[in-house]
Formats: sequence, C-alpha cells, structure tokens
Amino acid sequence: MLTAKLSIQNKVYHLQSLITDQKEISSGYFRLIFSAPQIAQIAQPGQFVHIYCGEGTYLRRPFSIAKVKKNQVEIIYKVVGKGTELLSRKKKGNTLDVLGPLGNGFTQSLNHPITQSPILIAGGTGVASLLFLAQKLITLYTSHLTPLTVFLGAKTKNDLLCIDNFKKLGCQVKLATEDGSLGYKGLVTDLFRNSLITHNSSLITNIYACGPYAMLKEIAKITQKYKIPYQVSLEAMMACGLGACRGCVVKTSHQSLTTSHQHFVYKTVCKDGPVFEANQIIWE
Amino acid sequence: MVNLSTEIARIKLKNPLLVASGIIGFGEEYSKLINLNVFGAITTKTVTLKPRAGNPSPRIVETMEGMINSIGLENPGLEIFLKEKLPFLKRKLKIPIVVSIAAENAEEFAEISRRLDKEKGISALELNLSCPNVRSKEPRAKSPPLLSCPPPRLASGDAGAGESKNGGINSEQGVISLISQDAELTYEVVKRVKKVTKLPVIAKLTPNVTDITVIAKTAESAGADALSLVNTFSALAFPHSPLTTSHSPVFGGLSGPAIKPIVLRMIYETYQKVKIPIIGMGGINSPQDAIEFFLVGAKAIALGSALFRDPFLPQKILIGLKQYLKIQKITLSKLTGSMIHE
Ligand SMILES: Cc1cc2nc3c(=O)[nH]c(=O)nc-3n(C[C@H](O)[C@H](O)[C@H](O)COP(=O)(O)OP(=O)(O)OC[C@H]3O[C@@H](n4cnc5c(N)ncnc54)[C@H](O)[C@@H]3O)c2cc1C
Ligand SMILES: Cc1cc2nc3c(=O)[nH]c(=O)nc-3n(C[C@H](O)[C@H](O)[C@H](O)COP(=O)(O)O)c2cc1C
Ligand code: FES
Repeated sequence: MLTAKLSIQNKVYHLQSLITDQKEISSGYFRLIFSAPQIAQIAQPGQFVHIYCGEGTYLRRPFSIAKVKKNQVEIIYKVVGKGTELLSRKKKGNTLDVLGPLGNGFTQSLNHPITQSPILIAGGTGVASLLFLAQKLITLYTSHLTPLTVFLGAKTKNDLLCIDNFKKLGCQVKLATEDGSLGYKGLVTDLFRNSLITHNSSLITNIYACGPYAMLKEIAKITQKYKIPYQVSLEAMMACGLGACRGCVVKTSHQSLTTSHQHFVYKTVCKDGPVFEANQIIWE
Repeated sequence: MVNLSTEIARIKLKNPLLVASGIIGFGEEYSKLINLNVFGAITTKTVTLKPRAGNPSPRIVETMEGMINSIGLENPGLEIFLKEKLPFLKRKLKIPIVVSIAAENAEEFAEISRRLDKEKGISALELNLSCPNVRSKEPRAKSPPLLSCPPPRLASGDAGAGESKNGGINSEQGVISLISQDAELTYEVVKRVKKVTKLPVIAKLTPNVTDITVIAKTAESAGADALSLVNTFSALAFPHSPLTTSHSPVFGGLSGPAIKPIVLRMIYETYQKVKIPIIGMGGINSPQDAIEFFLVGAKAIALGSALFRDPFLPQKILIGLKQYLKIQKITLSKLTGSMIHE
C-alpha cells in the first residue's frame, strides 16, 4: 500500500506572529488565527504549534493546528488553566510567540478503492487536528462515493465544536453528548461501536482519532477487534517540544531485531508523535 | 568592543554562556532551530555506560516559576554516544563540547572517563554527581558521615530513579544517597576520574545538602578543575496529565526561576571557600539573572530550562551582558565575585 508520510520535519520556525483574529466560538472555547506564512506553507494535519502564552507561565503550551489558509494558521482551544486563560485575553493586533510546525502528523493512505472511506473520531478539543485532517482527506477523496464520517463527542452541546465546519466540507457528522443535550446521549465511543453493527467494518480503511486518553484507548479495543488500522494523536506535558529533553514520552512496543524479544521503547509525543499507529502504543 | 572571552578549567571560551546538561540532548533537535555556536560551550545530556530507558510518564510538571522533571537519565549509553551523537556534535559545532557523565560508582565513572579520554573533540568532562550511588551493599551510614544529608529518598535533578514511578531510589542495592550528598564518595569519584584522564574535570553538585561548601571543597581537594552549581532541587508536584488516570504526584528535580535565589546564595557561599572556578546555573531567565550570577562569584553560567521557552535567550543574555560591562566599565573577570570584593 502506498502511504505518504506527509509531515516534513526539516524546518521549525520561531516566530513573533501577528494575531489576525480571536473569537469565543462557544462558551470557554476560542478560535485564534495568526499570521505565520512559514508555518502555514508546510504544516500537515496532526502537527502542532508550541505557544508562549505569557507572563506567569514557564513552559510553552502545545496546540494542534486546526486549519491553514494562505498565510494564516488557526488553533481551537479550551480555557483550562493559566496558559489558555492568558491566551484567551490576547486580541487582534497582538503578537504571539510561536514555535512550529512541530511533530509528526497523520499518515494518509492514498490508493483505496472508492467504496472505502476513513472515519474520524474527535473528543472535546480533539476536533482541532481532525478538522485540518478532514480538509486534506476531502481533497484526496473527492472522487469517492462514500462521504467522510466524523464522530464528535463531548460533555454537553456547548462543548461540541466545529459541527458546521465538518458539514461544509461534506462530511457526514455523528454527534454524541454525555448529557444528551445534542445527538446520541452517551459516549462517542459507544456511538461509534453501535455504528459498527450496521456499518460494514471492512469498508473502513482507517480510523483517525484525537481526544481524551480514555477515549483513544477505548477505540483501540474496538479497532483491534475489527482489525481496522487506527491512528491516534496523543497528548503529553511538554517542555522543549522538539524531542530534545525527553520529557513527553509514551511507551511503545518494540520488536528487537537481534533478540526477537518483545520490549518497550519510550517515544516522544512531540517529535515521534503526536500521531502514532495505535497498535504501537502500550496502553496503560 | 567588550570582550566576553574567558577560561574555565583550561577550556578557552569565546563567551561565558554554556548550555546546561539535559536541555538540548545531543544537539540534533535544537540545531534545526538555533545556531548552537552562539554558546561559549555546550554540555551534553548525561551519558551513562549502558543505555537507560528513563522514567515513565509524566516526566514534566510546570510549577510556579519553574518546572519539575523526572526524565530518569534517559540516554543511549556510551557506545551509541560515541558512534552517533559525538560525531554529529563535532561536525556541527565550532565550540567546546563538555560531556556530562554519570555512573553508579567510582569504578564505572573511571571506566567511562578512560574511554572518553581517548576521543578527540571533547573539551572537558562534567561529572553528574547527583546520581544515586549503588555500589555498597551495606548502608553507607556505617562509615562516619562527613555531612548530614536530607533523607535521600528522592533523586535530585535528572538523577535517574530507574523505573520507580515515584522517583524514589531503588533501595535493593543499598542506595542511600546521591554521590554528591556524601563528601567521601564525591572525593573518591573525582579522584578516580582525575587519575584516568587528562581532560579537565567539572564536578556538578546537587543542592540537596545541608552545606554545599563542604562538598565543593572536597571536590576541589580531589582535583576537580571547576564546579557546576547546581543541579535541580528534590521536589514533588501533582500533575494532571492526560497520560495518567491517577492523580499521583511526580517526584523530581525543580528548576527555573523559583530556585534562583537559593542557588545565588549557594554560589555566594561556595565562591568564598574554593579557588576553582564556578559555573553557575539554576533559574537563569534574563540578562539581569546572568549578571547576578557573576556578581556572587560565577565565572561562567549555564542556561537551563528557560531555553525551552525562549530559544533566543542566549543572544539576549550575551547582548545584555555586553551592555552591562560597557556601561559599568568593568571586565568580565572583574565582574566575577565583585559583590563580595567590594
Ligand atoms: C500535541 C498537543 C496538541 C494539543 N492541542 C490542543 C488543542 O488543539 N486545543 C486545546 O484546547 N488543547 C490542546 N492541547 C492541550 C493543551 O496543550 C493544554 O490544554 C494546555 O497546555 C493547558 O495549559 P494551561 O496553562 O491553560 O493549563 P494548566 O494550568 O497548565 O493545566 C490545566 C490542565 O491542562 C492539562 N495540561 C497542561 N499542559 C498540557 C499539555 N501540554 N498537554 C495536555 N494537557 C495539558 C493539565 O494536565 C491540567 O489538567 C494539546 C496538547 C498537546 C500535547
Ligand atoms: C529536562 C531536564 C533534564 C535535565 N537533565 C540533566 C542531566 O541529564 N544531567 C545533569 O547534570 N543535569 C540535568 N538537568 C539539570 C540542568 O542541567 C540544570 O542543572 C538545572 O535545570 C538548573 O538550571 P535551570 O534552573 O536553568 O533549568 C536537567 C534539567 C532539566 C530541566
Ligand atoms: S517535550 Fe522535550 S522531548 Fe518532547
């Protein structure tokens, strides 16, 4: 199978970017757009930017790239602590200290029969990287009969983001909220599992997911059962964001060539990831 | 033109700003982002004889004005270092390379040093003495303690606490202290290394002691050519990492601006007790911080975790330092310890 590792790792930029827009898209959730031609030109779905949010934080904060448009880069985030709080106070015209693009993005298979199609599953702010991925996939799959299916899950209706963005791209959007305020009442993983009963799982070429660890782990169980290739975007606390400090590791399985002995290796979420083949991950 | 050149442990430096161990690994990643040759010298990630996998996640927590790390000395081991990492550094860098090493005991320190002594392109060895000593089967406390240590349950800095989740040192092999929490052990390690290498030897000490000047003097008397002060402070914090479902705390080493006032005090005290030069580090985050380190007695300084936030901090510090020297009409060598000399 021809696969393209689309992320280009050779260049990282440190920019003082101009903020061109910031909007609260849902209560507590923001969309921030900044001008960063160097990043916009080479960014791939799944990659992230590492942002210095301001005085009072010591480390940068990683955010998935949600969209690139000409010279503009967009991120979508939730205010959860000091860094994101500081970020949310920034206004159009302010500068943003950005490092990026960083990490390895999603691998997109190019030569599937036209009856097959990937599925995207996002939990919470995990929509950000999948929105970018959906845009890319749409361009690859324009000739396909089956639309892209996107599962979005969150706590409440307020936490469900970017529904219209996915719809505009022509995706079939399936919603789940834990409180039932919109779509299926329950976890998005349950909605997805149920859909496999009616959906022929052999027609799914790939599953791409981004969201809370527990969600990703649950999907791993399902995809393993149905033998569906599955890529996940993981999160970890980060310092350098470049792979140098070894601060953001995840345990992955590793088959030793010399001893044919199964053991683990630590891979960095920031450089080897954030996107991994889920079957590499040793879920804890 | 203000002259920033200096000399530490017989190494000529074009400027007194080093990068601390463990911050840029072996330079491969950061060299894509910044010109590493702006530094006066670089210190590698600590290398051990055998590869080390390091600690499980989470390894990093941000704290007020700083961070805690518990990397667990993850490194590829001496062989890979020599085969892959050192050649890269030698190709890329025009500045001195200081190789940081750690071992479980004096014999192993000597073994690594002997091997590195044969290599071209290394300017000095930095002994990371903040690693646990695991030689003696019987508790070291049997020999009269030269120094009272805090209960050494926690590894200091990135000392490498093995696979134990909480950073507690494995006590199976009789580990009770970090090497530089024990004056006798510090002496033994430095002495052994000095015997097997002509390379300048820098002793990097843990701050997790009652009186750092005691250990500093011991390292000097064993022949250390310089001191690196200091490694990280034993600490604990609660992360809420998405990689863990539990809310267990992370034990590790605290670095960043939070520790700077303590480090300045330690350098101030040590400077008055030893003759060998001090490389100061711990919380340097601005040109102002850098100047303060010189005032209390550092002859050179090293940039640590603040580089994660600002990759251009090295240039900013060097420019600030030059301006200060120019305005104050003082030379760099005069600046060192000038607060005490006044
Ligand atoms: C590769 C990657 C991509 C990400 N993309 C997005 C995104 O597109 N949108 C979004 O809203 N968030 C994203 N995150 C999470 C985001 O980085 C954190 O929410 C942010 O760092 C929190 O900073 P804070 O100062 O507001 O919170 P803090 O006060 O630092 O912490 C508040 C909470 O956020 C968690 N947190 C802190 N740092 C991180 C971190 N580096 N990674 C994950 N969780 C963290 C803490 O465990 C804590 O529970 C991403 C994380 C990673 C690793
Ligand atoms: C992520 C990280 C890894 C580190 N690894 C090492 C190491 O391998 N060896 C060592 O001697 N010190 C290590 N240190 C300690 C630093 O070299 C330095 O002494 C300490 O961080 C204090 O400086 P700072 O406050 O400027 O960060 C590490 C520090 C950090 C933050
Ligand atoms: S954050 Fe430094 S290696 Fe990933």
